[in-house]
Amino acid sequence: MPDTEHTEAISRKDVQHVADLARLALSPEEEERFQHQLSAVFEHFAMLNELDTEHISPTAQVIPLTNVMRPDAAEPPLPKEDVLANAPDREEDQFRVRAILDF
Amino acid sequence: METTVAEKYRTVIGLEFHIQLVTESKMFCTCSAQYAAHPPNTVVCPVCLGLPGALPVINEKVIECIVMAGLALNCTIPEYAKFDRKNYPYPDLPKGYQISQFDLPFCIGGRLTLDEEDGGRTIGITRVHQEEDTAKSTHVTAPSGERYSLVDFNRSGVPLMEVVTEPDIATPQEAAAFGRKLRQIVRYLGISTANMENGAMRCDANISVWPAEASMGDVKVEVKNMNSFRSVERALEFEQARQTRILEGGVDTRITETRGWVEATGETVSQRTKEEAHDYRYFPEPDLPPLQLSPQWVSGVEEKLPELPAAKRQRFMADYELSAYDARLLTQSQELADYFETASARAKNAKAVANWMSRNLLQRLNESDTEINDCPIAPADLAELVLLIDSGEISNRTAQEVFDHMFDTGKSARKIVAEQGLTQISDESALETIVAQVIAENPAAVQDFNQGKKRAIGFLVGQVMKATRGKANPGIVNQKLQEELRQG
Amino acid sequence: MNLSELTVHEAQDRLRRGETTSAALTEAVLAQIEALDETVRAFVTVTADEARAQAQAADARRAQEGADAPPLLGIPAAIKDVVNTKGVRTTCSSRMLENYVPPYDATVMEKLNAHGIVLVGKTNMDEFAMGSSTEHSAFFTTRNPWDTERVPGGSSGGSAAAVAADEAVFSLGSDTGGSIRQPAALCGVVGMKPTYGRVSRYGLVAFASSLDQIGPFTKDVTDCAIVLEAICGHDRRDATSAPQPVPNWREEMTQSVKGLRVGVPKEYFGAGIEPEVEASVRAAIEQLAALGVAVEDVSLPHTDHALATYYIIAPAEASANLARYDGIKYGYASQDAETMWEAYSRTRGEGFGSEVKRRILVGTHALSSGYYDAYYLKAQKVRTLIANDFQEAFARVDAIVCPTSATVAFKIGERVDDPMSMYLSDLYTLPCNVAGLPGISQPCGLAQGLPVGLQFLGKPFDESTLLRLAYAYEQASGARYKPALTSGAAQT
Ligand SMILES: [Mg+2]
Ligand SMILES: [Zn+2]
Repeated sequence: MPDTEHTEAISRKDVQHVADLARLALSPEEEERFQHQLSAVFEHFAMLNELDTEHISPTAQVIPLTNVMRPDAAEPPLPKEDVLANAPDREEDQFRVRAILDF
Repeated sequence: METTVAEKYRTVIGLEFHIQLVTESKMFCTCSAQYAAHPPNTVVCPVCLGLPGALPVINEKVIECIVMAGLALNCTIPEYAKFDRKNYPYPDLPKGYQISQFDLPFCIGGRLTLDEEDGGRTIGITRVHQEEDTAKSTHVTAPSGERYSLVDFNRSGVPLMEVVTEPDIATPQEAAAFGRKLRQIVRYLGISTANMENGAMRCDANISVWPAEASMGDVKVEVKNMNSFRSVERALEFEQARQTRILEGGVDTRITETRGWVEATGETVSQRTKEEAHDYRYFPEPDLPPLQLSPQWVSGVEEKLPELPAAKRQRFMADYELSAYDARLLTQSQELADYFETASARAKNAKAVANWMSRNLLQRLNESDTEINDCPIAPADLAELVLLIDSGEISNRTAQEVFDHMFDTGKSARKIVAEQGLTQISDESALETIVAQVIAENPAAVQDFNQGKKRAIGFLVGQVMKATRGKANPGIVNQKLQEELRQG
Repeated sequence: MNLSELTVHEAQDRLRRGETTSAALTEAVLAQIEALDETVRAFVTVTADEARAQAQAADARRAQEGADAPPLLGIPAAIKDVVNTKGVRTTCSSRMLENYVPPYDATVMEKLNAHGIVLVGKTNMDEFAMGSSTEHSAFFTTRNPWDTERVPGGSSGGSAAAVAADEAVFSLGSDTGGSIRQPAALCGVVGMKPTYGRVSRYGLVAFASSLDQIGPFTKDVTDCAIVLEAICGHDRRDATSAPQPVPNWREEMTQSVKGLRVGVPKEYFGAGIEPEVEASVRAAIEQLAALGVAVEDVSLPHTDHALATYYIIAPAEASANLARYDGIKYGYASQDAETMWEAYSRTRGEGFGSEVKRRILVGTHALSSGYYDAYYLKAQKVRTLIANDFQEAFARVDAIVCPTSATVAFKIGERVDDPMSMYLSDLYTLPCNVAGLPGISQPCGLAQGLPVGLQFLGKPFDESTLLRLAYAYEQASGARYKPALTSGAAQT
């Protein structure tokens, strides 16, 4: 195993795992480059650990809004041609994809 | 005494249901939620197609529906709830994530008690949460042998309610009973059609079998693809037997996996051999502010709750003196119960209505695969039939015939009775009794007749008509009188 | 004076007085694009034909409506290519959307179209708004009109450069961590990021949903107020859209600044700041003091942590927002894959550029099982601390004044291969996004012949105070910053 695997915050395997989760095909060169770059980035993130946030509540959104809803009413859909106009591949009125296999 | 295989093991089942809610519009966009009848990709917009830049907005009706369901399932409704993104790229998921709920769902910690007939146990409900449905994909094999899939986004974004039970269920039968009970409640609430057959209600089951005294391990088998409660039961029976067989073999070779139920073969088959651990990377949906459901708002929803099956059944037994059996039967659905109550209020004879329904009506509906809402006999018509019997206008035997006519033709009882002259007493044996009685009570007229005063028969006919309040068939009466007098 | 040099309000005055027409104005701007854009490269798409038709329509409408005509009627504008324009290709400067033509308009476009603007084109940007230099555009790098060897900043570099080079009278950008204010500073124009929720995000292609906000690039502060009034307001299609009414900023900004209190955060004059940048900003602050503004020192102690916080939250949200690009419904689709999953990941691997991939990886890792608490949750908690810093400061002062960027425009290629140094470009702009506050950048001088940006940050929904300060400073300084390249360009 190359030494970098031990010293860097992000291993090659981490990059591969995350790329897999994100469905992102990477070349071996990219894997290597991203491993170094991500390591630098995550090393920087470690600085957050110096802050004690045990009693701090997280902020997901900055606006103090709640219960933003709309009434249950239907409106016209997109015209059919607009729906499929950008489709890379179609068959009649449906989007065509490679066989979806669950396993 | 030797322990049987069944005693050596216990089965642990937990269920997960996905139930489509009936709303005008979809969960996060204004497309119609009634997508089923539409051609592919004609009920979609930038939001449910996941176009760049489109944003979700919560349909308020959906929140009311789910809280209603939560209350009906005895859940706690936390004051604070939020939506989260569940990340899993898939062709039927247009945004690459599903808007769902992770740690703060709308309803938590409920329970549902099964009917006595189903064992009467109380099953814990972990949570009820809200999420959006996916698009629908169809698999195609071209004549050339090429395989591909087609995606239709009409279903994308339709509101789905997910109900998750505790692993409290002990048998496949109980699992099916739970499903039926849940379906019944959801239908009572009017929030879903809850049809398993067309996917408006879907069930996934986690099942594992363990030695009775040992603590549970962490193997979990998930069974999918059941499209009826009968299939749920069969699939779980299969799985129970399969796992028991493995344990009986002495080495537990089971793995955590997803298995699909194959209806045709009556088996479950493994769907994922290498179990890629799911990592959904849930995080709070930044496009949707959280929800704060005040106790006042929740009690407002609670007030809208209809009477639920268990309470209705108790009331039918108490108020109408129905048997437990009839009460259960007639509270199967809100519609059936409403039918019963409307009819019995008019007929002022609940027991008779209940009898007619349980012995005749339900059977005919069943045979003709008709829903109570499409029943050819309206509640008022059934009431009329009961009234005709109770007033003695038609005999029970006649009523039986009238009922069948009503079901076949949709005509009212009175109309059938009139059309077929059933109001008249044409029953010969019934008329013979009356004729004999009239002859016995009018010796003078009989004497006149015997003395050749043929007109005296007219008087006797009149007396029979009077006795039957004009409903006797005069022809038959005449004939019977002639016979009786001649014999006399 | 060439018509393309006019500000919105100057053009408006002439149009109202009948001294010019939208058609003439549009021709002048198109001519400027024709003359300069080969060099500046601000535009991904120029919509000259549509613009001419819109200008004609605008002139006809003005003839009908006269004085009632809306303020932006007939004004040529450029829109960052991250805002959906119905029927006009919207690429996000990505291969992924190179040929994508949206079937709907963003809410801001509906608003601007209701005003009757003239859309001259869609501007270049860092791919999916990820970057600080436009070098991460999949198509080409936009040049800084002040020095074409340098970057215009980013990610809205095209929109900033277009206004600086008079290739549009105003433009729209989006600001997730400084993507309006930093290029505005580097190109010497006014750029504003309104309070989160002020402008509908409906139709803005999402980068980081809890941080993104659309805002204007203009030639002066008055224009900024005018455009802001046109694009702000509640939108029922964006659940995070704020219900606050839209003030009459153009009027409010003219109120005196005497007695206003501004805070100078010491953390924004740290180690990396170029001395000339600091000198310009300090001089501007002195000028404000001379106008009667009370200046005091404030501290925003978690400023150093904002970068890490931002670069966890933004990529995490982006990793989900960019999951929809799968080659099925629209966009680039890899052709030579065998299986569905292969097609999926090759489409994404080929369709996205390096910076986008980098951020998707960072965000996915930060959210993934076992790391969520350490990174994403931690960042959300620090986000609270950063917001609290501002809240405490705003208990004492009405606004914060600081540099927009620690440096002037840097050389093309200088930072592109070093993500951390590029990320540092946003040090002074991103805390404001993390806290959801409004911020404005305006030019306050030149350093090495390049523009320096002065930044004001305000309380939520207090754009008014920011515009007052910016307008007062602009009036007092009397300077107008124009790159040499623009003078007489279109006449040649
Ligand atoms: Mg689910
Ligand atoms: Zn829709």
